[in-house]
Amino acid sequence: MIAIVDYRAGNLNSVKKAFDHLGAQVRVTDQPEALAVADKIVFPGVGHFSSLQALDRTGRRKTLLEAVSAGKPLLGICLGMQWLFEGSEESGEIAGAGIFAGTCRQFPSCVKSPHVGWNSLAVQPGSRLLRGIAQDSYVYYTHSFYAPVVRETTASSEYGLPFTGAVESGNIFGVQFHPEKSGEVGLAILKNFCEI
Amino acid sequence: MLTKRIIACLDMTGGRVVKGVQFKNLRDAGDPAECASAHARNGADEIVLLDITATSANRGTLLDAVRGTARALFVPFTVGGGIRTLEDAAAVFDAGADKIAINSAAVCEPELIGKIAGRFGSQAVVVAIDAKKVNGSFEVFIAGGRLSTGRDAIQWAREAAACGAGEILLTSMDRDGTQSGFDCSLVRAAAEAVSIPVIASGGAGSPRDFIEVFREGCADAALAASIFHFGVENIAQLKRELHHAGIPVRWPC
Repeated sequence: MIAIVDYRAGNLNSVKKAFDHLGAQVRVTDQPEALAVADKIVFPGVGHFSSLQALDRTGRRKTLLEAVSAGKPLLGICLGMQWLFEGSEESGEIAGAGIFAGTCRQFPSCVKSPHVGWNSLAVQPGSRLLRGIAQDSYVYYTHSFYAPVVRETTASSEYGLPFTGAVESGNIFGVQFHPEKSGEVGLAILKNFCEI
Repeated sequence: MLTKRIIACLDMTGGRVVKGVQFKNLRDAGDPAECASAHARNGADEIVLLDITATSANRGTLLDAVRGTARALFVPFTVGGGIRTLEDAAAVFDAGADKIAINSAAVCEPELIGKIAGRFGSQAVVVAIDAKKVNGSFEVFIAGGRLSTGRDAIQWAREAAACGAGEILLTSMDRDGTQSGFDCSLVRAAAEAVSIPVIASGGAGSPRDFIEVFREGCADAALAASIFHFGVENIAQLKRELHHAGIPVRWPC
């Protein structure tokens, strides 16, 4: 069973719908016990970095980090991916998981913000999550803050500067774009996650 | 590279997709779920479903249509029409919309933009503006284009962005359904006034119109309805032409 973490920030319908479409067994849950028994965890996120405060408040931060250290596959989407980094300028007082180095920052003023729309991916070889995804495939983004390109970045996109589109290390995966809204390419990525 | 979006709009009334000229003379164009899937398969970057005769009585019909359309749609999906409160918006999100579009309600109560953005994020709030040229400047009209507000459209776009809107969907009422080209001067004025994306709407007729609104109008996205419904223009073919003209688009998709 794949657990989609519900921390009362934003709409999780479309993520669930995409997994349903792929025939995966998914459950949207806010229960730490359900996360503990899940085979895989999806940590979606939309909106403000401060909404992640709810994680600490409800004790799910600990459950998530435990699951990660136990080797359970985790996929962070959008804000959920940003959480895997050290923090964000959007809410300096809230700590990220610090799994990847660096802080999320606002796009430079030379480009419109938020970055909304379909952008192409420069894919690095060897990613498990992006297996079979062609170079320059298009995915749908909507965000105002970006994560820097790091050693573990598996795909980057360009908007005023290059930033992390996808990142992975062991069983920890993150995507800044919305695979559930990225047509066939996005569904293929979610399918890869189901098969990990 | 970030691409220019081609958005297919479904104007709906009573659960059916319709299309008129300058907001009048409606013709049936099919089932919303079927139309949306067909457009997505054809390369539409996004789908907008607008309930153009929204009343509280047919709210259930709208929510059913949203649910049916969202089920097998894996590109961004915006829904508008008759959303007046945070609760209305929540019901539409719950039925499967990714973004909501508000028009009249935002003009009457600008705080509504911030309320919805506060709960669902700015990326989920599109402020739709219907503008018509009156005495040389663009005026905001509400209630499906029936009521003049006396307000300046560009100024309102600026305010809406400041209130927390994530995108502006700007329709030229003068061009709507005429297939005589987008109003590039209107779109450009808005695109230069706000830092959020501006979606151009009203007047799409040929690939040349799209090229113009991206180049001269500085639009981030362009929306069309009639030319896609009745097969005047095939989206895949349109994107191929835009690609060859040097406009960055998601092609092949």
